[in-house]
Amino acid sequence: MSEQSYVRDEMLPELPPPATEVGIIGWMRENLFSGWLNTILTLIGIAIVYMAVSAALPWFLNGVWNANSLSECREILQGKSGACWGVIRDRFNQLMFGFYPHEEQWRPVLAFVLLLVAIAPILFNPMPLGMKIGWGGFILVGLWLLRLTGAPTLAYLVFLALALPVFHEKMARKILFFSALFPFVMVWLMWGGSAWYVISALLGFVIGYLAFRLLEPIIGFLFSIIVSVLVAIGWWFFLTAPFAAWMAGIIPLELTPVESRKFGGLMLSVMLGVTGIVGSLPLGIFLALGRQSDLLIVKSISVGFIEFIRGVPLITLLFVASTLLNIFLPPGTEFDIILRVMIMVTLFSAAYMAEVIRGGLAALPRGQYEAADALGLDYWKAQRLVIMPQALKISIPGIVSTFIGLFKDTTLVSIIGLLDMLGLANAIRATTAWNGIIWELYLFIAFVFWIFCFSMSRYSMYLERKLQTGH
Amino acid sequence: MSSMTDAPKEPFRLSMLIYDSRFRAITIQVVALIAFIAGVAWIVNNTIQNLEALGKTPDFGFLLKPAGYDINQRLIEYNSQMTHARAAFVGLLNTLLVAALGCALATIIGIFVGVLRLSKNWLVGRLMTVYVETLRNVPVLLWIVFLMAIISEVPPKPADFRSGKAQMLFDSIAITNRGIYIPEPLFSRSLGDITVLKGVLNDSFYFSISLDLIVLLAVFLGGLIISGLIKRRADRIQEATGERPTTWYLRLGVVILPTLIVLYLLGFHLGFPQLKGFNFKGGIHLRNSFVALWIALSLYTAAFIAEIVRSGIMAISKGQTEAAAALGLRSGKIMSLVILPQALRIIIPPLISQYLNLTKNTSLAIAVGYMDITGTLGGITLNQTGRELECILLLMLIYLTISLSISSVMNWYNERVKLMER
Repeated sequence: MSEQSYVRDEMLPELPPPATEVGIIGWMRENLFSGWLNTILTLIGIAIVYMAVSAALPWFLNGVWNANSLSECREILQGKSGACWGVIRDRFNQLMFGFYPHEEQWRPVLAFVLLLVAIAPILFNPMPLGMKIGWGGFILVGLWLLRLTGAPTLAYLVFLALALPVFHEKMARKILFFSALFPFVMVWLMWGGSAWYVISALLGFVIGYLAFRLLEPIIGFLFSIIVSVLVAIGWWFFLTAPFAAWMAGIIPLELTPVESRKFGGLMLSVMLGVTGIVGSLPLGIFLALGRQSDLLIVKSISVGFIEFIRGVPLITLLFVASTLLNIFLPPGTEFDIILRVMIMVTLFSAAYMAEVIRGGLAALPRGQYEAADALGLDYWKAQRLVIMPQALKISIPGIVSTFIGLFKDTTLVSIIGLLDMLGLANAIRATTAWNGIIWELYLFIAFVFWIFCFSMSRYSMYLERKLQTGH
Repeated sequence: MSSMTDAPKEPFRLSMLIYDSRFRAITIQVVALIAFIAGVAWIVNNTIQNLEALGKTPDFGFLLKPAGYDINQRLIEYNSQMTHARAAFVGLLNTLLVAALGCALATIIGIFVGVLRLSKNWLVGRLMTVYVETLRNVPVLLWIVFLMAIISEVPPKPADFRSGKAQMLFDSIAITNRGIYIPEPLFSRSLGDITVLKGVLNDSFYFSISLDLIVLLAVFLGGLIISGLIKRRADRIQEATGERPTTWYLRLGVVILPTLIVLYLLGFHLGFPQLKGFNFKGGIHLRNSFVALWIALSLYTAAFIAEIVRSGIMAISKGQTEAAAALGLRSGKIMSLVILPQALRIIIPPLISQYLNLTKNTSLAIAVGYMDITGTLGGITLNQTGRELECILLLMLIYLTISLSISSVMNWYNERVKLMER
């Protein structure tokens, strides 16, 4: 006789979890309403979002685009809440290019799209598939922009010839050659004039290099460097101008010259930013090496320079550029205010860059330096092959945030009277048509800067992940 | 059997200056030094020639001449008959004022945002991310002029307060398009001021300190010291007996009571702003330029401080929290005894460099017309006297002094909290 009445011999089926623990309700309970403090915070958050959206969204969507002055815009709105986006449409060209002549605006556009072509192989190579699609989109946008500004056919061809190879990993490496040439191309496109001046300035580097290669086997490394530098400097000082004038007489390669006081808007910021970035990275590396060096005098000069620049606000350096730099140079030297600002901005960010890179150098384990020495590498080889690749990798976040800071700081030029977007905003607000406009104009400018800076910071995160070699 | 022999001593040859690494260091340094000196000499020589051509020899005498312009916001007495040096001093105090207030506000907002960004609440975390990413990816100069434009156009005119279209907050704060008026502290039985540095350098640097303030601070600090002594005694009793006497009311009392008594004795009361004529009178007038600069700089720097606070707290490994919990500490104690002391070591150095950035960014005051040292010495004085070289050199020197003193505080702190390594 068995006393057992019943024994279950199979498993019960699994019950679904309670509805309050999974799905959207469970997520909300965990993330929004877990405890009284969190609930209060959530409610406050919802209230803030609601207030912001309910005030801004109608204003934003109800915007008036086809008005030519603030009063006209208010007439159309008739007291309703709405943005006067007309100011952006009316002044868009100015905000982008300043007073750059209208029929020449394809030149800054071409320079800008070529800039992206020049940096793309450095930034993304090989391109993942998603990025290839993005690049295709960029080419279409670039062509459209060129068409919009009435570029000559040659501009399209140059753009396509350089942009299409970027798709292909091996061909993209060849574009790197163009990346090195880009600064010269940019100078010519932006300022115009005869291309031969730029080309003969470039020839200085080529001649110096050739002299070095020819002389090195004969008189040794050090002397050949000295001689080739002297040769290049001699070329720049005495032969560049006659050569350029002579060549221009034979084959004229002319673009209408544009004075730099007509530069402005976003174009000016991008130009200052790009030259600052290109110039400050190498300068910063040398300053950082100088500061880490065992040579007392080199070290103290570097430290003095870095600490001085970092100790004063950029605006005082811009004052130096606008009032004092001409006093420091030989009597009678006159050069362009934009060039002077570029020099100051580059020096300024070089000091910050040096500190960032020094951080990277200091973070590198001592063993790396010792291993490089043990391999018998000399100082420069050790730096180039062992130290710098690692130190730069460590300092990527800092380098990119220095770049972002530099790009943001270009707005300071509006204080010394250059017309970047902020300077133009003041000018626009002073005109009768748009007197009293605030939100639309400043929000637009803020949005433009935000896009640039935010994408740079995302890129630095991407790069950190890509270069991650640890576990 | 072979024996060790010294490397043969080579006689010194000229080529060793380049090819022997022992001598090469000297060669490079000498070349660098010569190049540096030559560069500096070149610049100085050019400067002298240029200044001679312009007929301006470097001379700081202009600093003691009357400035001839007014400054509408100042912490100390000033009128247009006083010297340029006095104007610069007023500007310097304005710079320091906005820097100090900015650092304080930025720290408060930054800690708040940084901690909330770590919160488990999804919505709040997202909102704070939006705040940080918006604020720091847009130039600070834009925020300053934007805020300036908003607060000069959006708030009501003072006349609107008369017609009842606008109301004062709590009957004491008036937010108008000409600035914000807040109540001022007044003492009816005031002890008066003491004036220092009167008569030095054409009265350029004198200033007065309120005795009331000194007495108040002294009493307050005295209270704090006594409160510290009470805490020490409580600690000793706890060490000895294991029981901690309740002292919080005593410690609070010795700080607050004497301060209140002194306030009463001095006849402390608030002076409220009053609408008189077309404008408010009385109270403290915070001008638009000051408010715009202060708030914009604080909000902008707060975004960076929030990131510093967040990364500082996240850098402390979870094991530390768990170990403290295993020791039986409560969560408040875990924060104050285990997490914060370690996190602060990471947070404070970048925090101080943010303070440094904020201080340097106060020079953007010139864009909204706040008269800081850049606006006075580097702005109007420079334009009126035409002494660019002297003004900008002085300006740089002053900023350099401020920066170096802040960074020496940072170095001192770093030295103090450095981990003791083998």
